[in-house]
Amino acid sequence: MISDQLPALVIVIPMLAAPLCVLVRKPIVCWAIALVANFLVVLSAWALFEKVREDGVIRYALGGWAAPTGIEYYVDMMNATMLLLVSFISCVTLVYAYKSVSKTVLTSKHYLFYAAWMLCLTGLLGISITGDAFNVFVFLEISSLSMYMLIAFGTDRRALTASFRYLIMGSIGASFILIGIGFLYAATGALNMVDLAQRIPDAESQRAVLVAFSFLTIGLMIKSAVFPLHGWLANAYQHSPIAVTAFLAGTATKVSLYVLLRFFFSIFGPDYSFGAMLLNVVLLPAAVAGFVLLSLVAIFQSDLRRMLAYSSVAQIGYIIAAFCLASQSGLTAGIVHIINHGIIKTALFMSVGCILYKVGHTHSHSLDNLMQKMPLTVTAFILSGLGLIGVPLTVGFVSKFSLISAAMERGWWMVGALVLLSSLFAIVYIGRVVEIMLFRKSRTETPAPVGRSEAPLMMLVPMYVLIGISIWFGVSGSTTLSVAADAAAALLGGYQ
Amino acid sequence: MKLYTRQRHRVLQIVTKLVIPFVLLFALYVQFHGDYGPGGGFQAGVIFAAAFILHGLIFGMQRTRRVITPTALRILMALGVLIYLGTGIVSMLLGANLLDYNALASDPKHGQHWGIFAVELGVGVTVMAVMISLFYSFASKR
Repeated sequence: MISDQLPALVIVIPMLAAPLCVLVRKPIVCWAIALVANFLVVLSAWALFEKVREDGVIRYALGGWAAPTGIEYYVDMMNATMLLLVSFISCVTLVYAYKSVSKTVLTSKHYLFYAAWMLCLTGLLGISITGDAFNVFVFLEISSLSMYMLIAFGTDRRALTASFRYLIMGSIGASFILIGIGFLYAATGALNMVDLAQRIPDAESQRAVLVAFSFLTIGLMIKSAVFPLHGWLANAYQHSPIAVTAFLAGTATKVSLYVLLRFFFSIFGPDYSFGAMLLNVVLLPAAVAGFVLLSLVAIFQSDLRRMLAYSSVAQIGYIIAAFCLASQSGLTAGIVHIINHGIIKTALFMSVGCILYKVGHTHSHSLDNLMQKMPLTVTAFILSGLGLIGVPLTVGFVSKFSLISAAMERGWWMVGALVLLSSLFAIVYIGRVVEIMLFRKSRTETPAPVGRSEAPLMMLVPMYVLIGISIWFGVSGSTTLSVAADAAAALLGGYQ
Repeated sequence: MKLYTRQRHRVLQIVTKLVIPFVLLFALYVQFHGDYGPGGGFQAGVIFAAAFILHGLIFGMQRTRRVITPTALRILMALGVLIYLGTGIVSMLLGANLLDYNALASDPKHGQHWGIFAVELGVGVTVMAVMISLFYSFASKR
């Protein structure tokens, strides 16, 4: 019986944890509630993933109302992968969050922090699981609003501006998405995704469909921070509490990318969006410019968090470029990079968080000789940095290799070459920091006595769990590649 | 007979005192009549909150805060969500899908009735609490 209810449990458990946190109010109890809830969600998502892998698509009618009338949850390989990724990253980051949050956030506000975290998780999982276009918007709002709140918890006063800026941009994006969904509803009279996919080709007013398509494209580009519309991201990542940054970097933009995939591939269909509508012409230049320019911009950042934020936009560029190929191999590369980048970027932000915890700032210029002070953290930074660059035997290599070979397959040599060029930039920006941490002599006249002062275990262990997983996925690339290939096939195959 | 420390708005204060019980009663009517006629938790919550907001406007924030404290509002907010979700979970425990009210009573019609009743109650409580705390946070100087 419980296995039939898994799709609902994934949403209900974190949603239940949020009000419980507000009622309990004791920081450590709230954290424990959130963590237990999150752990249960990971288990449910895992069970759901295994079930979908064996038996195929699961459809769950909410409230017992069957699909076109009611809201349904539609789980195929693509959703199941996203659910597992998002819930797992959230769980690991939540373990990590306790120490850093209790240092930076006012104790009296902790319960609100964990409640917002749980709501954000609910929203992100809801977006991933639902099979109803309007429901996507509702969950998008839940996750976004709680995310603005989480960002505003940052110690710096600039966190408020960053949060407000994201609020403005995010609201514009969300309303564009809503307008798009509204036009789709006007054109087809359906909100259910499966229904929409069937009705769009013979909709009476193709112009309304076109308008919907344009609004959705722009809205989703803002939400997933594709190159020219990424303005909100850098500040939000830099000023929010570091645990939140790690959580956001691994999940929020990834879920928006998933919605983009869902709309362009499952609902509109690749023939419409990439064939008739020439989405390539819009998205590919943006993606390529994104990964080349922002990797270049990342080189000149002196703040580690800001550097990694720009690198995130660049990585989103890779993913979008892979989607633009609109082929099985291209989508596989994109989805694999969603998984891989989610894991390594979270690990990277975690290691930066450890530095922030012990050193108190993240200006890369004054992190000299950090290796002697915090060897474990710096090792973690280097290991995940190598993954970001794409050195063989790391996850970055798996995704970049599959991206380049998919581009070659299509004959897009320039894209392949530019991916390599931006990887060179990645070597520079990661290498520059590593050089400072490992080799640079202290510039101060009398170097401070160097003692080991490592971040607490509760921060180190989650970080190393992620790094372990990234190494495993890097060495045996077929684990993630086969999952991504199944997900890509589910997207390209359309709804059954 | 000294009723209030602030004597200036005597008429307003007395009229408000007369009106508030009716506003609350009307809110309850909208709340519990929502499954038959127009109305429901959202509207009822707003009307219920309007009574408190009126009280705050006329008698000052200090007195309203004593009637219903911000902490109580936070608890009510969470409680409303819990009532809503609890209904869904009960229906799951009874072997149906989330929020499938048919399972709540032996007769599906009654089940739907009970389900909507409980869910709307949750919505009403949360909306009321959120409305009042919005008023508090915009009206207070801190």
